Amino acid sequence: MSGVVSALLRRDLARFVGGGMRGGGLLPVLFFLAVAMLFPFAVGPDATTLARTGGGVIWLAALLAAILPLDRLIEPDIETGFFDQWALRGVSEELIVGVRVLAHWLGFGPPLMLAALPSAALLGIDGPTLRTLELGLLAGTPGLAAIGVTVAALTSGLKGGAALAGLLVLPLTVPILIFGAGSLATGGDSGLALTAAVSLVLLAVAPFAGGAAVRAARL
Amino acid sequence: MQACRIAVRDLACRRGDRVLFSGLTLEVGAGEVVQVAGRNGAGKSSLLRILAGLLAPFAGRMERSGSLGLVDERPALDPALPLGRALAFWQRIDGGDCSAAAQRLGLTGLLDVPVRYLSTGQRKRAALSRLIAQDAGIWLLDEPLNGLDREGTALLHDLVAAHAAAGGLAVVASHQPFEITARRVIDLANFAT
Repeated sequence: MSGVVSALLRRDLARFVGGGMRGGGLLPVLFFLAVAMLFPFAVGPDATTLARTGGGVIWLAALLAAILPLDRLIEPDIETGFFDQWALRGVSEELIVGVRVLAHWLGFGPPLMLAALPSAALLGIDGPTLRTLELGLLAGTPGLAAIGVTVAALTSGLKGGAALAGLLVLPLTVPILIFGAGSLATGGDSGLALTAAVSLVLLAVAPFAGGAAVRAARL
Repeated sequence: MQACRIAVRDLACRRGDRVLFSGLTLEVGAGEVVQVAGRNGAGKSSLLRILAGLLAPFAGRMERSGSLGLVDERPALDPALPLGRALAFWQRIDGGDCSAAAQRLGLTGLLDVPVRYLSTGQRKRAALSRLIAQDAGIWLLDEPLNGLDREGTALLHDLVAAHAAAGGLAVVASHQPFEITARRVIDLANFAT
């Protein structure tokens, strides 16, 4: 069984981390940086405004970046028959979805936290706020990954599934956004703890919800 | 190879609001090759997916023992990866020797080529090489002749015959003649409703 897990994880990491999928794996990070760079153009270069709103902008950018790869998370593997072949071999959908959440998070969570450093500089965010921001991203992005994979599994096989997935993900991310971005305003650890709690709940639910969705989509 | 067997009783299959076939009773034991024949839409693929456990039957019971291998129109190989690496993924899951299997199917020269550049027949050969490296007892082949050239067809007959001789069983859904290897032919037209 551990051989199966490592084989699945290696394949998923090759596809979702860094330059996987012919560079497509880097797109969320580049998108994130582009949003952070464009924001000062939109609201003007006033340093105090930027510093006050910058953290929230980074959170929104992270949210949008997490939506980008949704249509490539589950759907291609159903279309090419991978899930059928795994089912024949008795590899459970829950295991596959769980591994995929991990790989998806590794593909966009840590790179986003790195990209938040130059973004924070661009937006004039100070040191303590940056610390809260990074910790918040660390606590919140696993939850975003869990929501992303679950919704990708739910919408696989639907016409226009990609657009629908984006629409479905956004309301589900509200608790993470409220607690994560809220921790910036209060500067307190309680917001971070609540963000992490929401993430943990989502991580616990995602393999089962996603696995059931994949089975239900089977024709 | 472990002993393998498939037995179904009074099987019925429904797609949408149409019952494709009903009352199908079939028993396939080790060393047997059965062809499932029938016109387009008769439910050949659905029957194979029921036998594979991927589709719930509308009615009827099924017993099955032995490991499963399935080849259908979807090869389950990463389109962007070179064929050798795409097959190596399944080798890590199944064990077996994918390079020997690829050689048996005449794919040795194509191992560096990304799967999406392969032709239909080459993809079918790749899926078959994944199947023989898997070393499963039960082979479920859905239209395996599609895309294969004459030489590939002969090779497939040899592979299925060797599989049966080694104690495996195979159920082949094909509207093309497969009688060279299959001793029994089930025509789904007899079970249509």
